Amino acid sequence: MNQPFDQASIHKAILEQQKAEDRKKLILNGALVLLLLAAPFAMYPVFLMKILCFALFAVAFNLLFGFTGLLSFGHAAFLATGGYTTGYLLSNYSGLSTEVGILAGTAMATVLGLAFALLSIRRQGIYFAMVTLALAQLVFFFFVQSSFTGGEDGMHGIPRGELFGVINLEDNLNMYYFVLAVFLACYLLVQRIVSSPYGQVLRSIKQNEPRAVSLGYNVNRYKILAFVISAALAGLAGSMKSVVFQLASLNDAHWHMSGEVILMTLVGGMGTLLGPVVGATFVVNIEYQLSQGPLRDWVDPILGGIFVLTVLAFRSGIVGELQKFMKKNMG
Amino acid sequence: MSMIFGVPLAVLSGQLLIGVINGAFYALLSLGLAVIFGLLKIINFAHGAMYMLGAMATVILFDALGVNYWVALFLAPLLVGGFGVLIEYFLLRRIAGQDHIYSLLLTFGAALLIGGVLTNIYGVSGLRYSMPDLFKGGINLGFMFLPYYRAWVIVIALVVCLGTWFMIEKTKLGAYLRAGTEDSQLMQGFGINVPLLISLTYGFGVMLAAFAGVLAAPIYSVTPVMGSHILITVFAVVVIGGMGSIGGAIITGIMMGVIEGLTKTFYPPASSAVIFLVMVVVLMFRPAGLFGKEA
Repeated sequence: MNQPFDQASIHKAILEQQKAEDRKKLILNGALVLLLLAAPFAMYPVFLMKILCFALFAVAFNLLFGFTGLLSFGHAAFLATGGYTTGYLLSNYSGLSTEVGILAGTAMATVLGLAFALLSIRRQGIYFAMVTLALAQLVFFFFVQSSFTGGEDGMHGIPRGELFGVINLEDNLNMYYFVLAVFLACYLLVQRIVSSPYGQVLRSIKQNEPRAVSLGYNVNRYKILAFVISAALAGLAGSMKSVVFQLASLNDAHWHMSGEVILMTLVGGMGTLLGPVVGATFVVNIEYQLSQGPLRDWVDPILGGIFVLTVLAFRSGIVGELQKFMKKNMG
Repeated sequence: MSMIFGVPLAVLSGQLLIGVINGAFYALLSLGLAVIFGLLKIINFAHGAMYMLGAMATVILFDALGVNYWVALFLAPLLVGGFGVLIEYFLLRRIAGQDHIYSLLLTFGAALLIGGVLTNIYGVSGLRYSMPDLFKGGINLGFMFLPYYRAWVIVIALVVCLGTWFMIEKTKLGAYLRAGTEDSQLMQGFGINVPLLISLTYGFGVMLAAFAGVLAAPIYSVTPVMGSHILITVFAVVVIGGMGSIGGAIITGIMMGVIEGLTKTFYPPASSAVIFLVMVVVLMFRPAGLFGKEA
């Protein structure tokens, strides 16, 4: 019997299709990576690094908000903790190589993240947002009062130092490729996390928490882990940022920064992998372009306007809307 | 001079007085937030901006039209409350039924917009507003000096707070409000205009914030950023009291003002953080807040 549509061939066809899609994704991602590798020859590397640091920050935030459904309004605390810790260590211990300083900053943010998670995890939705906001405010006041942060002036002249004691990071190009490597590694990590069984549980928590509980998952443990990973990555972003710009300031700890990362994620498309990256690129660019022109003083209200517009009309963000558009028009 | 725990009585009572006044502002603001959150489930991140608008309106009305303090006390909250109704009608209504988090994000954006525009027009340095003549001076209580205006703020804030509590918890209008937000379809069936009720409730919460703004104009420096400074503290107060709890907001507001004042006397460096510390401790033992019900 010759059956053209037997189970095996259907299976094979589906696999083929999957493979073709994977290939398409691989090509797209490859192209993006090539673009990032070539970018510093076309644009100012420090500006690109700023985008990458904020993109990592937004990716970290999105892991929590976009994939787990937990709106943290205190993520600035992790950015600042990473930045200040790294800045303090590199400024005061001249023998320290840069990667150790960055790791220490990340570790500090991770510990803080665990503390935040344990305190806030019992609340949900907006309650959760409020609690994280207030905890972050506590951290902000700590930084304001502490002498090592330089108070309102911030921490200046943080040395970039050398990577592994060999590669000179004072060179912008070296620094850029280091930041890019860290960023790509983290991006892949998050991609791996959200597509893993663990990531599936996170999504199920976002969609229907009581059901996840009834399926026997220890929901709080999953949430705490997601929070800690997110805090760690946000801290890493802050640590790198302080090395790149050689300064750490109260701006990073202010609750406005927590709002800004929400804006980046929302504008780019929350719950998508590429969304926060696109959002961070968009927001950093807008801020930069506006600050150069006659609209210099209108950055805040314009960002506020974008916020309102996004919530009202483009809730899926740039990437989300694009995906919807592609789906509609390409089968 | 008599001393208490090594602090002169006059200093202590002075700080306590400032604490109670700040507490009165916290109470008014967190009450507005609690009304808006408790009845409408909207996290109003624009609340600080509305407080600021109340104060700014008082100064602007005086400079432009010579409107005096007493008229401003009614006019400014009405204007700002009307503005709030417009925001509810044109913006917040469009995301009703969506995740509550979007209301937080929307009002946050609106606050950024409002604050940014006013900063561009008026700058960030404080505008001057002079005390109404009636309130110049004060009374010597023997152990401390009590300025009349501060006494007035405490009294009027308490009256407004208790009036609001009474209206929502004890009157028929309050019952309509609570029912309308609980089961809007049923209330529609009874012939109540629920969308209007929601607009007015939001407007009323905003009016409370603006009223606090008018009270603040003669004693605090009036700037476009004054709201964003106090907003986060007030959110902490609301979390401590239990979100949506009307009575909890009032009591916790005053309590936190006093605790802040005491901290300023005994250990100044912690004074700006103490409210958030209290919040952490309260959350560890009562996640729903002191007066909140477990959600």
